[in-house]
Amino acid sequence: MTLAQRYRDEGADELVFYDITASPQGRSVERSWVRRVARVLDIPFCVAGGIRSVADAESVLNAGAEKVSVNSPALADPGLIDALSRRFGAQCVVVGIDSELTAEGYRAYQFTGDPARTRQSGRDVLQWVREVQERGAGEIVLNCMGSDGVRHGYDIEQLRAVRAVCRVPLVASGGAGAIEHFTAAFREAGVDAALAASVFHNGIIAIAELKGALLAAGIEVRP
Amino acid sequence: MTGTVIIDSGGANLASLQFAFERLGAEARVSAEAEEIAAAERIVLPGVGSASEAMRRLRAAGLARLLPALSQPVLGICLGMQLLFEHSAEGETECLGILPGTVRRLEPSVARPVPHMGWNRLTTLESDPLLAGLDPQSYFYFVHSYAAPLGEFTLAPVEYGERLSAVVRRGNFCGVQFHPERSAAAGARVLANFLSL
Repeated sequence: MTLAQRYRDEGADELVFYDITASPQGRSVERSWVRRVARVLDIPFCVAGGIRSVADAESVLNAGAEKVSVNSPALADPGLIDALSRRFGAQCVVVGIDSELTAEGYRAYQFTGDPARTRQSGRDVLQWVREVQERGAGEIVLNCMGSDGVRHGYDIEQLRAVRAVCRVPLVASGGAGAIEHFTAAFREAGVDAALAASVFHNGIIAIAELKGALLAAGIEVRP
Repeated sequence: MTGTVIIDSGGANLASLQFAFERLGAEARVSAEAEEIAAAERIVLPGVGSASEAMRRLRAAGLARLLPALSQPVLGICLGMQLLFEHSAEGETECLGILPGTVRRLEPSVARPVPHMGWNRLTTLESDPLLAGLDPQSYFYFVHSYAAPLGEFTLAPVEYGERLSAVVRRGNFCGVQFHPERSAAAGARVLANFLSL
């Protein structure tokens, strides 16, 4: 809660709440908590974590979230994307993809919130990106697992490959460690937004400073 | 006449709008009852979902005929603004016909994905109490795949490949394509202005 307010005050454009252990633990994100956040927050926020049905999504949206993000449950049941998009509209439906380069190419992973349960889904990421758009996803968050948590920069090559087949907003995730990493994601991979966690949580990058640098680089952001 | 009523047109996510009014110290009730809506001081027509589904629900509740006849301030938000027009290409839906024109689908391109999702500035602002006190450089949060063209009732356009209606007003009927409840201080200002119309 304190973090949510802090980021709003610092100029974040959107907050994403991941309850990453929800899917591997077979539960879904806490509703009363979503409601408490929605009450104080006046910027968009997206909630992810174990949303497996239209009813799950409805209760999260009714609690005040803007969008729901589905990842592992969509890999298990791709029809969930169609159902959510029909009921709430594509603009509410974000598909998160945890992707890693394998010998066969980029593959999507499930249950990444628990290393012991993480498994490769067998799905080719570029195919999956095409499929989720056809099914009605309104936004894709691509989390490049190889670069996630190490702060060496977003995986530009992978983001470019996905951008080439993605006609809905694409959000870069995984690897942000310095301001120039954000600039590169917008400039070189053409993403619509960049997501980061640890560099903001740990105070390594201040949002105001980041936005100033992006504006100076000619990238339009809300100051 | 009592308070502000948010019309329950079947979409989810009415809580975020209620919370936004709450932050302004105003209470807003959610209702689909024609009598309660007709008696309200101010009415908000939100809308998440599709035009055809929203219009079906408004007709079923007897609101499609009631709304155009209202004389108190009405604010359509996002899809709710689109419903104020005559027609929407989304499901080829006949809408409320309060404003002339047809809502069209945005055409995606590499530089302009659809849905249009994100923060944008309004290109110009007409002088109107609904937009009073706004910094012309303010950003607002947009999420939509359909949009209304510019017309004589446009108060402010937004640029997304072409110029589209971001704020409209005809008499007591106002509409905003962006989400004021998720547009930080600038959005709160628009809602506060609506509350003092």
